[in-house]
Amino acid sequence: MAKAAIEAVGINKWFGVEPVRTHAVKDVSFVANFGEMLYVVGPSGSGKTTMLSMISGILRPTSGTVKVEDADIWSLSSDALAEFRLKHIGFVFQDYHLFPRLTTAENVAIPLILQHREWTAAVKDAERNLEIVGLKDRAQLAPVKLSGGEQQRVAIARAIASRPDILIFDEPTASLDGDTGRNIVHFVREQLLTDQRCIVIVTHDSRIYEFADRIIRMEDGRVTGVDRSQLDAQ
Amino acid sequence: MPGILQIAYKLLINDRAKFAALLVGITFAVFLMIEMTSLFAGILSRSSSTVINIGASVWVMDPAVQTVANTIPLPDYVLDEVRSIPGVKYAVPLYSGAALLKLRDGTYQAANVIGLDDTSLFGRPQMLAGNIEDIYAENAFIAIKDSEFYKLENPAVGTEFELNDHRGVIVGIARVASSALFGVPTLYTTYNRCLQYIPNTRFTMSYLLVEPKTAADVATIKARVAARGYLALTRDEFVQQISNFYMYHTGIGTNMMLMTLISFIVGLSISGQTFYTFILENIDKFGALKAIGAKGRELVSMILFQATFVALTGYGIGVGLCAALIWLARTHLPDYAAMITFGNLATAFVMVVIIAAVSSYFGVRRVLSIEPFDIFRG
Repeated sequence: MAKAAIEAVGINKWFGVEPVRTHAVKDVSFVANFGEMLYVVGPSGSGKTTMLSMISGILRPTSGTVKVEDADIWSLSSDALAEFRLKHIGFVFQDYHLFPRLTTAENVAIPLILQHREWTAAVKDAERNLEIVGLKDRAQLAPVKLSGGEQQRVAIARAIASRPDILIFDEPTASLDGDTGRNIVHFVREQLLTDQRCIVIVTHDSRIYEFADRIIRMEDGRVTGVDRSQLDAQ
Repeated sequence: MPGILQIAYKLLINDRAKFAALLVGITFAVFLMIEMTSLFAGILSRSSSTVINIGASVWVMDPAVQTVANTIPLPDYVLDEVRSIPGVKYAVPLYSGAALLKLRDGTYQAANVIGLDDTSLFGRPQMLAGNIEDIYAENAFIAIKDSEFYKLENPAVGTEFELNDHRGVIVGIARVASSALFGVPTLYTTYNRCLQYIPNTRFTMSYLLVEPKTAADVATIKARVAARGYLALTRDEFVQQISNFYMYHTGIGTNMMLMTLISFIVGLSISGQTFYTFILENIDKFGALKAIGAKGRELVSMILFQATFVALTGYGIGVGLCAALIWLARTHLPDYAAMITFGNLATAFVMVVIIAAVSSYFGVRRVLSIEPFDIFRG
């Protein structure tokens, strides 16, 4: 039986105060397992990014619990939670959020530097991660000199720099053309998904659904269904 | 350097336009603040030049005296009274006045004339040429080689001039610690020659110079002098009184203070605004760092480091520029009165620290308020 990486139980999120109050996520429960690539899909405003933020320790739910690797993350102090994210969760943001004033290798080294690794050693390690994503020759370039697909790969290299067990992708293909987007997700599935790692992807790009193990569908803040992907069918 | 600060450093200096704007703001402010306060320090120092150069421990004067230049002559009996105070080791008179000299080429030149006590020559200058004893020779004067020396046509030993229809002869060239404020040359001679050559009022002593037997005797001397209706001040008190006069009873102090304040405000405005814009431009990056796992205090340390680095670099450049300007000005303008003191440097440093603190305060507030969730929402 697969081990649970993330376990969300009855999480709710309200924004704002009365009378303008929005129930963004409504009583959502699900489990994401190690060795699994889980998609959260749904139309804009369905609450999937809010839900992603709550399960990754970024946004505190109004109610409910989130366990990541058996740890109730929302019972941790803010410093402990930051430390937890740094060690266990890697993020790939929709807009990448790379630092234009740092080199590509230095960008990738950021999680290691936050873990107090020595600068030169961290950048050397980062260059090895860039090799994994096929960008070793771009290590000394500024991110702005790279294409969109290459920037996405740099963001992935940064996310895996500290060897996290959980990878969170927010709309990874939103800024990429169809082929590049598929290649990226294919790469993520083939190269980064292991039995000791769980990957959660928020997307509404149906062209990449085929790479998912399971797909959670959300609408209006609720989970409306959980699908097995086409991988099972194959 | 910790890695997080290295990131902060690279973010700062690699954004060359912003970094240059920040440096220009701080440097400009520091330069102006130090230049203004140095000018004021120079003026204050020169305004007390006679007190500094003579070097007496205690000065007795009329209570209405505000600066060393505005002398109110004392009656002769005050000298005897002061000499009779227990605790006075010795007391001598000093003449300080102005005279109009007629130089060899027929032009007139105003000069300060200091008349030293004939017996002791207390307060004598350091001789560069000639002997101090020659001051007792007929018509003898010693010219002070300071920034105004050339106004006496660069005299040598033996140079003659006229003073109030009296013949004067330069018998020595000497130097003193500080030049005078008002741009006139200085001559030293004996007290009695001053009385003979320069028209005087009924009373003639400008000041009484007193040396107490011990430091503890100063209080007694001051009290006894005060009981006679006169004022006794230590050298530092007299310098302070002169400084207070220029600071609070002339427009100089207020104007300098206003200019310094304006420099501070200009520096604060340029640097504060540029630094805040710099933070805003990087706010999503700070949010991303927060999401990845940076702690609040680490982000605060980044901002404080950036503000401190800019402030100290700008401070150093500003001080350097100011020192260079003063040096350059002095090579061309001997009268240029500016003096960088530790007080000036400390004042400018405190103001720069305030600029850095205010600039970073708003940046820190903004960065701490950013939610990583906002990064996900774009």
